Amino acid sequence: MPDILERKAVISGAGQSDIGRRLMRDGLDLTLDACIAAIDDAGLTRDDIDGICTYPGPMDVPPGFSGAGATQVQDALRLNLNWHTGGLEMPGQLGSVINACAAVAAGYANHVLCFRSVFEGSAQARAGGGRAGVTSGGGGGGFRAGGFMQWTLPFGAPSAANWIGMMAQRHFHEFGTTREQLAQIALNARKNAEVNPNAIYREPMSMEDYFAARMITTPFCLYDCDVPADGANAVIVSRADSAPDLRKPPLHVEAIGSALRGRPSWDQWDDLTTMAARDAASMMWSRTDLEPSDVEVAELYDGFSFITVCWLEELGFCGKGEGGPFIEGGQRIARDGQLPLNTNGGQLSAGRMHGYGLLHECCVQLWGEAGERQVQRDGGRPPRVGVAGNGGGPIAGCMLLTTD
Amino acid sequence: MADVPLRILPRVVPETEFFWTGGAAGELRFLRCDDDGTYIHPPQPRCPKCLGKSLTPTAVSGRATVHTFTINHHPWIPGFDPPYAVAIVEIEEQPDVRLTTNIVNCPIDEVRIGLPVRVVFEQHDDTYIPLFEPDATRA
Repeated sequence: MPDILERKAVISGAGQSDIGRRLMRDGLDLTLDACIAAIDDAGLTRDDIDGICTYPGPMDVPPGFSGAGATQVQDALRLNLNWHTGGLEMPGQLGSVINACAAVAAGYANHVLCFRSVFEGSAQARAGGGRAGVTSGGGGGGFRAGGFMQWTLPFGAPSAANWIGMMAQRHFHEFGTTREQLAQIALNARKNAEVNPNAIYREPMSMEDYFAARMITTPFCLYDCDVPADGANAVIVSRADSAPDLRKPPLHVEAIGSALRGRPSWDQWDDLTTMAARDAASMMWSRTDLEPSDVEVAELYDGFSFITVCWLEELGFCGKGEGGPFIEGGQRIARDGQLPLNTNGGQLSAGRMHGYGLLHECCVQLWGEAGERQVQRDGGRPPRVGVAGNGGGPIAGCMLLTTD
Repeated sequence: MADVPLRILPRVVPETEFFWTGGAAGELRFLRCDDDGTYIHPPQPRCPKCLGKSLTPTAVSGRATVHTFTINHHPWIPGFDPPYAVAIVEIEEQPDVRLTTNIVNCPIDEVRIGLPVRVVFEQHDDTYIPLFEPDATRA
Protein backbone atom coordinates (compact mmCIF):
# COMPACT_ATOMS: atom_id res chain seq x y z
CA MET A 1 0.00 0.00 0.00
CA PRO A 2 1.32 3.51 -0.78
CA ASP A 3 1.73 6.15 1.89
CA ILE A 4 -1.79 7.27 2.70
CA LEU A 5 -1.08 10.96 3.01
CA GLU A 6 -4.70 11.97 3.53
CA ARG A 7 -4.19 10.61 7.06
CA LYS A 8 -2.13 13.71 7.75
CA ALA A 9 -5.44 15.58 7.48
CA VAL A 10 -8.39 15.78 9.85
CA ILE A 11 -11.75 17.47 9.78
CA SER A 12 -11.73 19.87 12.70
CA GLY A 13 -15.03 21.69 12.35
CA ALA A 14 -18.26 21.84 10.37
CA GLY A 15 -20.82 24.58 9.86
CA GLN A 16 -24.15 25.06 8.15
CA SER A 17 -26.22 28.10 7.26
CA ASP A 18 -29.98 28.30 7.37
CA ILE A 19 -31.44 25.94 4.79
CA GLY A 20 -34.67 26.59 2.98
CA ARG A 21 -36.58 26.13 -0.21
CA ARG A 22 -36.47 29.84 -1.04
CA LEU A 23 -34.72 31.99 1.54
CA MET A 24 -34.35 34.89 -0.91
CA ARG A 25 -30.93 35.68 0.55
CA ASP A 26 -27.66 36.42 -1.12
CA GLY A 27 -25.44 33.43 -1.89
CA LEU A 28 -22.35 34.94 -0.32
CA ASP A 29 -24.35 35.81 2.80
CA LEU A 30 -25.33 32.16 3.26
CA THR A 31 -21.79 31.04 2.49
CA LEU A 32 -20.26 33.27 5.16
CA ASP A 33 -22.73 31.99 7.77
CA ALA A 34 -21.56 28.42 7.12
CA CYS A 35 -17.87 29.33 6.96
CA ILE A 36 -17.90 31.34 10.19
CA ALA A 37 -19.84 28.56 11.93
CA ALA A 38 -17.28 25.97 10.78
CA ILE A 39 -14.32 28.07 11.96
CA ASP A 40 -16.01 28.55 15.35
CA ASP A 41 -16.84 24.86 15.55
CA ALA A 42 -13.18 23.97 15.13
CA GLY A 43 -12.21 26.36 17.90
CA LEU A 44 -10.24 28.48 15.45
CA THR A 45 -10.42 32.09 14.36
CA ARG A 46 -10.24 33.43 10.84
CA ASP A 47 -6.61 34.33 11.49
CA ASP A 48 -5.88 30.60 11.61
CA ILE A 49 -7.37 29.91 8.17
CA ASP A 50 -4.60 29.85 5.57
CA GLY A 51 -6.26 27.84 2.83
CA ILE A 52 -9.56 27.77 0.91
CA CYS A 53 -10.98 25.18 -1.42
CA THR A 54 -14.44 25.12 -2.93
CA TYR A 55 -16.64 23.53 -5.55
CA PRO A 56 -17.55 24.68 -8.19
CA GLY A 57 -16.18 28.22 -8.00
CA PRO A 58 -18.13 31.21 -9.26
CA MET A 59 -20.79 30.35 -11.86
CA ASP A 60 -23.77 32.34 -13.08
CA VAL A 61 -25.42 29.45 -14.91
CA PRO A 62 -27.39 27.47 -13.91
CA PRO A 63 -28.91 30.18 -11.71
CA GLY A 64 -27.99 29.80 -8.06
CA PHE A 65 -25.67 26.82 -8.64
CA SER A 66 -22.81 28.59 -6.88
CA GLY A 67 -23.32 30.92 -3.94
CA ALA A 68 -19.74 32.17 -3.84
CA GLY A 69 -16.23 31.52 -5.11
CA ALA A 70 -13.04 31.11 -3.11
CA THR A 71 -11.75 34.61 -3.62
CA GLN A 72 -15.08 36.20 -2.70
CA VAL A 73 -14.89 34.48 0.67
CA GLN A 74 -11.21 35.34 1.03
CA ASP A 75 -12.07 38.97 0.46
CA ALA A 76 -15.19 39.06 2.63
CA LEU A 77 -13.34 37.50 5.57
CA ARG A 78 -10.04 39.29 4.72
CA LEU A 79 -8.16 36.00 4.98
CA ASN A 80 -4.41 35.65 4.61
CA LEU A 81 -4.05 32.56 2.46
CA ASN A 82 -1.11 30.38 1.53
CA TRP A 83 -3.18 28.22 -0.78
CA HIS A 84 -6.52 28.54 -2.55
CA THR A 85 -8.38 26.83 -5.34
CA GLY A 86 -11.84 26.10 -6.58
CA GLY A 87 -13.37 24.55 -9.63
CA LEU A 88 -15.77 22.21 -11.29
CA GLU A 89 -13.43 19.60 -12.75
CA MET A 90 -12.77 17.36 -9.78
CA PRO A 91 -14.09 14.13 -8.28
CA GLY A 92 -17.47 15.49 -7.36
CA GLN A 93 -18.24 18.13 -4.78
CA LEU A 94 -16.08 16.26 -2.27
CA GLY A 95 -13.15 16.80 -4.60
CA SER A 96 -12.69 20.14 -2.90
CA VAL A 97 -12.26 18.46 0.49
CA ILE A 98 -9.99 15.80 -1.02
CA ASN A 99 -7.82 18.55 -2.50
CA ALA A 100 -7.69 20.26 0.87
CA CYS A 101 -6.41 17.04 2.45
CA ALA A 102 -3.63 16.95 -0.12
CA ALA A 103 -2.78 20.60 0.50
CA VAL A 104 -2.53 20.02 4.24
CA ALA A 105 -0.43 16.88 3.74
CA ALA A 106 1.87 18.79 1.39
CA GLY A 107 2.31 21.57 3.92
CA TYR A 108 0.71 24.24 1.75
CA ALA A 109 -1.71 25.14 4.52
CA ASN A 110 -2.54 24.33 8.12
CA HIS A 111 -6.28 24.94 8.18
CA VAL A 112 -8.26 24.90 4.94
CA LEU A 113 -11.79 26.26 4.76
CA CYS A 114 -13.85 24.11 2.37
CA PHE A 115 -17.35 25.12 1.36
CA ARG A 116 -20.22 24.57 -1.05
CA SER A 117 -23.21 26.86 -1.25
CA VAL A 118 -26.28 27.08 -3.43
CA PHE A 119 -29.26 29.38 -3.83
CA GLU A 120 -31.00 27.58 -6.66
CA GLY A 121 -34.40 27.81 -5.02
CA SER A 122 -34.34 31.60 -4.81
CA ALA A 123 -32.55 32.10 -8.11
CA GLN A 124 -35.11 30.05 -10.02
CA ALA A 125 -37.96 31.81 -8.28
CA ARG A 126 -36.47 35.16 -9.28
CA ALA A 127 -36.03 34.00 -12.85
CA GLY A 128 -39.58 32.65 -12.92
CA GLY A 129 -38.25 29.48 -14.50
CA GLY A 130 -38.45 25.79 -13.77
CA ARG A 131 -35.84 23.47 -12.47
CA ALA A 132 -33.78 23.01 -15.61
CA GLY A 133 -33.79 26.70 -16.38
CA VAL A 134 -34.48 25.96 -20.00
CA THR A 135 -36.45 28.92 -21.21
CA SER A 136 -35.64 29.26 -24.87
CA GLY A 137 -37.47 26.97 -27.26
CA GLY A 138 -36.04 25.56 -30.42
CA GLY A 139 -36.67 26.36 -34.00
CA GLY A 140 -34.38 28.66 -35.84
CA GLY A 141 -33.62 31.52 -33.52
CA GLY A 142 -31.70 32.04 -30.40
CA PHE A 143 -29.81 29.66 -28.20
CA ARG A 144 -27.97 26.67 -29.60
CA ALA A 145 -26.43 23.91 -27.52
CA GLY A 146 -22.74 23.09 -27.45
CA GLY A 147 -20.54 20.81 -25.36
CA PHE A 148 -22.22 17.80 -23.83
CA MET A 149 -25.63 19.47 -23.91
CA GLN A 150 -25.70 19.33 -27.72
CA TRP A 151 -26.09 15.56 -27.39
CA THR A 152 -29.10 15.75 -25.05
CA LEU A 153 -30.94 19.09 -25.37
CA PRO A 154 -32.17 18.54 -28.94
CA PHE A 155 -33.92 15.41 -27.67
CA GLY A 156 -35.81 17.08 -24.83
CA ALA A 157 -33.48 15.59 -22.24
CA PRO A 158 -31.97 18.60 -20.49
CA SER A 159 -31.97 17.21 -16.96
CA ALA A 160 -29.82 14.78 -15.03
CA ALA A 161 -33.21 13.31 -14.08
CA ASN A 162 -33.45 12.01 -17.66
CA TRP A 163 -29.87 10.76 -17.79
CA ILE A 164 -29.92 9.05 -14.41
CA GLY A 165 -33.44 7.80 -15.02
CA MET A 166 -32.00 5.87 -17.96
CA MET A 167 -29.28 4.43 -15.71
CA ALA A 168 -31.94 3.33 -13.24
CA GLN A 169 -34.00 1.79 -16.04
CA ARG A 170 -30.99 -0.22 -17.15
CA HIS A 171 -30.49 -1.39 -13.55
CA PHE A 172 -34.15 -2.40 -13.35
CA HIS A 173 -33.68 -4.36 -16.59
CA GLU A 174 -30.48 -6.16 -15.62
CA PHE A 175 -31.23 -6.88 -11.97
CA GLY A 176 -34.99 -6.75 -11.53
CA THR A 177 -34.90 -3.68 -9.29
CA THR A 178 -38.37 -2.24 -8.67
CA ARG A 179 -39.95 1.11 -7.90
CA GLU A 180 -41.14 -0.30 -4.57
CA GLN A 181 -37.51 -0.89 -3.66
CA LEU A 182 -36.31 2.45 -4.97
CA ALA A 183 -39.02 4.16 -2.91
CA GLN A 184 -37.17 3.18 0.26
CA ILE A 185 -34.47 5.74 -0.47
CA ALA A 186 -37.10 8.49 -0.46
CA LEU A 187 -39.09 7.08 2.47
CA ASN A 188 -35.97 6.56 4.61
CA ALA A 189 -34.84 10.10 3.87
CA ARG A 190 -38.20 11.52 4.87
CA LYS A 191 -38.30 9.50 8.07
CA ASN A 192 -34.92 10.96 9.05
CA ALA A 193 -35.95 14.47 8.03
CA GLU A 194 -38.92 14.26 10.39
CA VAL A 195 -36.48 14.55 13.30
CA ASN A 196 -34.10 17.04 11.69
CA PRO A 197 -35.20 20.59 12.54
CA ASN A 198 -33.13 21.98 9.64
CA ALA A 199 -34.71 19.75 7.00
CA ILE A 200 -37.00 21.30 4.40
CA TYR A 201 -39.56 18.49 3.97
CA ARG A 202 -40.60 16.98 7.32
CA GLU A 203 -44.16 15.77 6.79
CA PRO A 204 -44.44 11.96 7.02
CA MET A 205 -44.48 10.17 3.67
CA SER A 206 -45.99 6.75 2.96
CA MET A 207 -45.52 4.28 0.14
CA GLU A 208 -48.99 5.39 -1.04
CA ASP A 209 -47.83 8.99 -1.15
CA TYR A 210 -44.82 7.91 -3.17
CA PHE A 211 -46.87 6.07 -5.76
CA ALA A 212 -49.41 8.89 -5.94
CA ALA A 213 -46.74 11.42 -6.92
CA ARG A 214 -46.51 12.52 -10.52
CA MET A 215 -43.93 10.93 -12.76
CA ILE A 216 -41.00 13.07 -13.79
CA THR A 217 -39.13 10.69 -16.06
CA THR A 218 -39.46 6.94 -15.65
CA PRO A 219 -38.72 5.29 -13.32
CA PHE A 220 -38.50 8.50 -11.26
CA CYS A 221 -41.46 10.20 -9.70
CA LEU A 222 -41.31 13.55 -7.94
CA TYR A 223 -40.03 12.02 -4.71
CA ASP A 224 -37.05 10.38 -6.42
CA CYS A 225 -35.70 13.84 -7.30
CA ASP A 226 -34.16 16.42 -5.00
CA VAL A 227 -35.49 19.95 -5.07
CA PRO A 228 -33.58 23.19 -5.65
CA ALA A 229 -32.92 24.90 -2.36
CA ASP A 230 -30.81 27.52 -0.64
CA GLY A 231 -28.07 26.92 1.88
CA ALA A 232 -24.38 26.53 2.54
CA ASN A 233 -22.13 24.03 4.29
CA ALA A 234 -18.49 24.30 5.26
CA VAL A 235 -15.87 22.10 6.89
CA ILE A 236 -12.36 22.86 8.09
CA VAL A 237 -9.59 20.49 7.00
CA SER A 238 -6.63 20.78 9.36
CA ARG A 239 -3.22 19.22 9.87
CA ALA A 240 -3.57 16.14 12.05
CA ASP A 241 -0.85 17.43 14.37
CA SER A 242 -2.85 20.59 15.07
CA ALA A 243 -5.26 18.63 17.27
CA PRO A 244 -4.09 20.26 20.54
CA ASP A 245 -5.23 23.65 19.18
CA LEU A 246 -8.71 22.46 18.35
CA ARG A 247 -11.92 22.67 20.32
CA LYS A 248 -12.87 19.03 19.99
CA PRO A 249 -11.37 15.73 18.86
CA PRO A 250 -11.08 15.97 15.08
CA LEU A 251 -12.28 13.35 12.63
CA HIS A 252 -9.58 11.38 10.91
CA VAL A 253 -9.50 11.03 7.16
CA GLU A 254 -8.93 7.31 6.77
CA ALA A 255 -9.02 7.19 2.97
CA ILE A 256 -10.30 9.09 -0.03
CA GLY A 257 -11.55 7.91 -3.42
CA SER A 258 -11.10 10.13 -6.45
CA ALA A 259 -10.60 7.72 -9.37
CA LEU A 260 -12.08 8.18 -12.84
CA ARG A 261 -11.49 5.23 -15.15
CA GLY A 262 -14.50 5.27 -17.47
CA ARG A 263 -15.43 7.86 -20.08
CA PRO A 264 -16.51 11.14 -18.46
CA SER A 265 -19.91 11.15 -20.09
CA TRP A 266 -23.51 10.58 -19.03
CA ASP A 267 -24.25 8.35 -22.02
CA GLN A 268 -20.87 6.91 -23.12
CA TRP A 269 -19.92 5.62 -19.63
CA ASP A 270 -19.25 1.90 -20.15
CA ASP A 271 -21.57 0.38 -17.54
CA LEU A 272 -24.36 2.81 -16.79
CA THR A 273 -25.45 0.80 -13.74
CA THR A 274 -22.20 1.51 -11.91
CA MET A 275 -21.61 5.23 -12.47
CA ALA A 276 -18.23 6.65 -11.47
CA ALA A 277 -18.96 5.53 -7.91
CA ARG A 278 -17.39 2.27 -9.06
CA ASP A 279 -13.97 3.85 -9.53
CA ALA A 280 -13.97 6.17 -6.53
CA ALA A 281 -15.12 3.40 -4.17
CA SER A 282 -12.58 0.94 -5.51
CA MET A 283 -9.77 3.42 -4.93
CA MET A 284 -10.97 4.31 -1.45
CA TRP A 285 -11.05 0.69 -0.26
CA SER A 286 -7.58 0.12 -1.75
CA ARG A 287 -6.22 2.71 0.70
CA THR A 288 -7.48 1.26 3.98
CA ASP A 289 -7.63 -1.95 5.96
CA LEU A 290 -11.17 -1.12 7.01
CA GLU A 291 -14.00 -2.89 5.24
CA PRO A 292 -17.58 -2.06 4.37
CA SER A 293 -18.76 -3.97 7.44
CA ASP A 294 -16.86 -1.49 9.65
CA VAL A 295 -18.95 1.45 8.44
CA GLU A 296 -21.55 2.59 10.97
CA VAL A 297 -23.11 5.51 9.13
CA ALA A 298 -23.35 6.21 5.37
CA GLU A 299 -24.17 9.56 3.79
CA LEU A 300 -24.53 8.84 0.08
CA TYR A 301 -25.51 11.25 -2.64
CA ASP A 302 -29.22 11.27 -3.42
CA GLY A 303 -29.75 13.97 -6.00
CA PHE A 304 -31.84 11.17 -7.48
CA SER A 305 -32.78 8.10 -5.47
CA PHE A 306 -31.05 5.66 -7.79
CA ILE A 307 -27.66 7.28 -7.24
CA THR A 308 -27.78 6.15 -3.62
CA VAL A 309 -28.53 2.57 -4.65
CA CYS A 310 -25.56 2.72 -6.96
CA TRP A 311 -23.27 4.01 -4.18
CA LEU A 312 -24.48 1.26 -1.83
CA GLU A 313 -23.51 -1.37 -4.38
CA GLU A 314 -20.23 0.13 -5.50
CA LEU A 315 -19.08 0.72 -1.92
CA GLY A 316 -19.66 -2.97 -1.30
CA PHE A 317 -22.47 -2.77 1.27
CA CYS A 318 -24.21 -5.34 -0.92
CA GLY A 319 -23.36 -7.18 -4.09
CA LYS A 320 -23.61 -5.73 -7.58
CA GLY A 321 -27.24 -5.63 -8.58
CA GLU A 322 -28.40 -6.41 -5.03
CA GLY A 323 -29.14 -2.81 -4.05
CA GLY A 324 -32.88 -3.29 -4.50
CA PRO A 325 -33.19 -6.27 -2.14
CA PHE A 326 -30.74 -4.58 0.28
CA ILE A 327 -32.98 -1.56 0.80
CA GLU A 328 -36.29 -3.42 0.48
CA GLY A 329 -38.51 -2.74 3.46
CA GLY A 330 -36.13 -0.04 4.66
CA GLN A 331 -35.00 -1.75 7.90
CA ARG A 332 -31.33 -2.14 6.98
CA ILE A 333 -30.89 1.55 6.15
CA ALA A 334 -32.92 2.96 9.04
CA ARG A 335 -31.17 4.90 11.82
CA ASP A 336 -31.34 1.80 14.03
CA GLY A 337 -30.52 -0.57 11.19
CA GLN A 338 -27.38 -2.29 9.99
CA LEU A 339 -26.30 0.71 7.89
CA PRO A 340 -27.93 4.02 8.87
CA LEU A 341 -28.24 5.99 5.63
CA ASN A 342 -28.70 9.68 4.85
CA THR A 343 -29.57 10.35 8.45
CA ASN A 344 -30.38 14.05 8.02
CA GLY A 345 -32.98 13.37 5.35
CA GLY A 346 -30.52 13.50 2.49
CA GLN A 347 -30.99 15.90 -0.34
CA LEU A 348 -34.39 14.42 -1.09
CA SER A 349 -35.93 15.71 2.13
CA ALA A 350 -33.37 17.89 3.94
CA GLY A 351 -32.58 19.97 0.86
CA ARG A 352 -30.33 19.93 -2.17
CA MET A 353 -27.06 21.02 -0.56
CA HIS A 354 -25.23 19.34 -3.44
CA GLY A 355 -23.16 16.82 -1.55
CA TYR A 356 -21.80 18.96 1.26
CA GLY A 357 -24.94 18.55 3.32
CA LEU A 358 -24.24 14.83 3.44
CA LEU A 359 -20.61 15.41 4.43
CA HIS A 360 -21.75 17.82 7.15
CA GLU A 361 -24.14 15.18 8.43
CA CYS A 362 -21.44 12.52 8.42
CA CYS A 363 -19.27 14.74 10.63
CA VAL A 364 -22.11 15.64 12.98
CA GLN A 365 -23.03 11.98 13.42
CA LEU A 366 -19.45 10.94 14.20
CA TRP A 367 -19.16 13.76 16.74
CA GLY A 368 -22.40 12.62 18.38
CA GLU A 369 -24.00 16.02 17.83
CA ALA A 370 -27.04 14.99 15.78
CA GLY A 371 -29.63 15.39 18.52
CA GLU A 372 -32.86 13.47 18.04
CA ARG A 373 -31.61 11.85 14.85
CA GLN A 374 -28.31 10.70 16.38
CA VAL A 375 -27.31 7.18 15.36
CA GLN A 376 -26.58 5.06 18.42
CA ARG A 377 -24.44 1.97 18.09
CA ASP A 378 -23.96 -0.76 20.66
CA GLY A 379 -26.70 0.68 22.79
CA GLY A 380 -25.67 4.30 22.96
CA ARG A 381 -22.38 5.42 21.48
CA PRO A 382 -22.08 7.49 18.28
CA PRO A 383 -20.80 5.77 15.14
CA ARG A 384 -17.02 5.50 14.82
CA VAL A 385 -16.67 5.05 11.07
CA GLY A 386 -18.61 6.98 8.46
CA VAL A 387 -18.52 7.26 4.72
CA ALA A 388 -19.60 10.16 2.52
CA GLY A 389 -20.05 9.68 -1.21
CA ASN A 390 -20.79 12.52 -3.62
CA GLY A 391 -21.73 12.75 -7.24
CA GLY A 392 -23.66 10.76 -9.82
CA GLY A 393 -23.20 9.61 -13.38
CA PRO A 394 -19.59 10.15 -14.47
CA ILE A 395 -18.79 12.23 -11.37
CA ALA A 396 -17.82 10.68 -8.03
CA GLY A 397 -15.68 11.20 -4.95
CA CYS A 398 -15.84 9.61 -1.53
CA MET A 399 -14.23 9.78 1.90
CA LEU A 400 -13.98 7.41 4.83
CA LEU A 401 -13.89 9.21 8.19
CA THR A 402 -13.18 7.79 11.64
CA THR A 403 -13.29 9.07 15.19
CA ASP A 404 -9.94 7.54 16.13
CA MET B 1 -44.93 13.12 -30.35
CA ALA B 2 -47.52 13.61 -33.02
CA ASP B 3 -46.33 17.07 -33.90
CA VAL B 4 -42.77 18.13 -34.56
CA PRO B 5 -41.50 19.50 -31.25
CA LEU B 6 -39.68 22.76 -30.81
CA ARG B 7 -36.21 21.34 -30.48
CA ILE B 8 -33.29 23.23 -29.04
CA LEU B 9 -30.76 22.82 -31.81
CA PRO B 10 -27.08 22.01 -31.64
CA ARG B 11 -24.44 24.54 -32.55
CA VAL B 12 -22.90 23.35 -35.82
CA VAL B 13 -19.12 23.80 -35.83
CA PRO B 14 -16.53 22.38 -38.25
CA GLU B 15 -15.81 19.46 -35.92
CA THR B 16 -19.45 18.35 -35.78
CA GLU B 17 -20.85 19.49 -39.10
CA PHE B 18 -20.61 16.02 -40.69
CA PHE B 19 -22.73 14.62 -37.86
CA TRP B 20 -25.47 17.21 -37.73
CA THR B 21 -25.85 17.56 -41.50
CA GLY B 22 -25.40 13.91 -42.54
CA GLY B 23 -29.16 13.50 -42.61
CA ALA B 24 -29.33 15.68 -45.74
CA ALA B 25 -27.88 12.66 -47.53
CA GLY B 26 -29.81 10.23 -45.34
CA GLU B 27 -26.59 9.25 -43.60
CA LEU B 28 -25.76 8.76 -39.93
CA ARG B 29 -22.06 9.47 -39.78
CA PHE B 30 -19.35 9.02 -37.19
CA LEU B 31 -15.66 9.71 -37.26
CA ARG B 32 -13.78 6.52 -38.04
CA CYS B 33 -10.08 5.78 -37.70
CA ASP B 34 -8.53 5.03 -41.11
CA ASP B 35 -5.93 2.81 -39.46
CA ASP B 36 -7.85 0.52 -37.12
CA GLY B 37 -11.49 1.17 -38.00
CA THR B 38 -12.55 2.44 -34.58
CA TYR B 39 -15.65 4.65 -34.56
CA ILE B 40 -15.29 7.72 -32.36
CA HIS B 41 -18.08 9.66 -30.67
CA PRO B 42 -18.32 12.47 -29.71
CA PRO B 43 -15.77 13.70 -32.28
CA GLN B 44 -12.18 13.87 -31.03
CA PRO B 45 -8.93 14.72 -32.84
CA ARG B 46 -7.29 11.33 -32.36
CA CYS B 47 -8.32 7.69 -32.35
CA PRO B 48 -8.61 6.69 -28.67
CA LYS B 49 -7.29 3.20 -29.48
CA CYS B 50 -4.19 3.85 -31.66
CA LEU B 51 -3.89 7.65 -31.22
CA GLY B 52 -3.86 7.98 -35.00
CA LYS B 53 -4.88 11.32 -36.49
CA SER B 54 -6.28 10.04 -39.75
CA LEU B 55 -10.01 10.08 -39.10
CA THR B 56 -12.79 10.19 -41.67
CA PRO B 57 -16.51 10.82 -41.24
CA THR B 58 -18.07 7.51 -42.26
CA ALA B 59 -21.70 6.54 -42.82
CA VAL B 60 -23.00 3.64 -40.75
CA SER B 61 -26.05 1.48 -41.41
CA GLY B 62 -28.31 3.49 -39.12
CA ARG B 63 -29.30 0.30 -37.35
CA ALA B 64 -29.14 0.41 -33.57
CA THR B 65 -30.52 -1.16 -30.41
CA VAL B 66 -32.12 0.51 -27.41
CA HIS B 67 -29.59 0.26 -24.56
CA THR B 68 -31.85 2.03 -22.09
CA PHE B 69 -34.62 4.61 -22.10
CA THR B 70 -36.85 6.85 -20.02
CA ILE B 71 -40.36 8.08 -20.68
CA ASN B 72 -40.18 11.76 -19.89
CA HIS B 73 -43.32 13.26 -18.36
CA HIS B 74 -42.01 16.63 -17.22
CA PRO B 75 -42.42 19.74 -19.40
CA TRP B 76 -38.81 20.91 -19.38
CA ILE B 77 -38.87 22.82 -22.64
CA PRO B 78 -41.70 25.04 -23.89
CA GLY B 79 -43.06 23.55 -27.09
CA PHE B 80 -41.57 20.10 -26.51
CA ASP B 81 -44.58 18.44 -24.97
CA PRO B 82 -44.47 15.27 -22.86
CA PRO B 83 -44.79 12.40 -22.71
CA TYR B 84 -41.99 11.30 -25.00
CA ALA B 85 -39.37 8.57 -25.08
CA VAL B 86 -35.72 9.46 -24.56
CA ALA B 87 -33.33 6.59 -25.20
CA ILE B 88 -29.67 5.76 -25.38
CA VAL B 89 -29.12 3.57 -28.43
CA GLU B 90 -25.99 1.63 -29.34
CA ILE B 91 -25.07 1.47 -33.01
CA GLU B 92 -24.85 -1.88 -34.75
CA GLU B 93 -21.29 -1.37 -36.00
CA GLN B 94 -19.79 -0.72 -32.56
CA PRO B 95 -22.06 -0.99 -29.49
CA ASP B 96 -19.93 1.25 -27.30
CA VAL B 97 -20.80 4.13 -29.60
CA ARG B 98 -24.05 5.43 -28.21
CA LEU B 99 -26.45 8.24 -28.93
CA THR B 100 -28.99 9.87 -26.68
CA THR B 101 -32.05 10.29 -28.90
CA ASN B 102 -35.82 9.98 -29.11
CA ILE B 103 -37.70 6.85 -30.10
CA VAL B 104 -40.38 7.94 -32.56
CA ASN B 105 -43.18 6.31 -34.56
CA CYS B 106 -43.70 3.99 -31.62
CA PRO B 107 -46.25 4.01 -28.76
CA ILE B 108 -44.34 4.97 -25.62
CA ASP B 109 -45.46 1.84 -23.80
CA GLU B 110 -43.80 -0.28 -26.49
CA VAL B 111 -40.34 1.17 -26.02
CA ARG B 112 -38.11 -1.42 -24.36
CA ILE B 113 -34.48 -2.24 -23.80
CA GLY B 114 -33.23 -4.38 -26.67
CA LEU B 115 -35.70 -2.93 -29.19
CA PRO B 116 -34.15 -2.92 -32.70
CA VAL B 117 -34.35 0.58 -34.15
CA ARG B 118 -33.19 2.49 -37.20
CA VAL B 119 -32.35 6.09 -37.78
CA VAL B 120 -34.74 8.69 -39.19
CA PHE B 121 -33.88 12.35 -39.51
CA GLU B 122 -35.88 15.41 -38.60
CA GLN B 123 -34.69 18.56 -40.32
CA HIS B 124 -34.55 21.84 -38.45
CA ASP B 125 -32.85 24.63 -40.36
CA ASP B 126 -29.33 23.49 -41.16
CA THR B 127 -29.43 20.49 -38.83
CA TYR B 128 -30.75 16.98 -39.27
CA ILE B 129 -31.55 15.55 -35.85
CA PRO B 130 -31.06 11.75 -35.74
CA LEU B 131 -34.05 10.02 -34.18
CA PHE B 132 -34.79 6.32 -34.13
CA GLU B 133 -37.90 4.28 -34.93
CA PRO B 134 -38.63 0.57 -34.50
CA ASP B 135 -36.93 -1.46 -37.23
CA ALA B 136 -39.67 -3.79 -38.46
CA THR B 137 -37.14 -5.78 -40.48
CA ARG B 138 -35.39 -6.89 -37.29
CA ALA B 139 -38.41 -7.19 -34.98
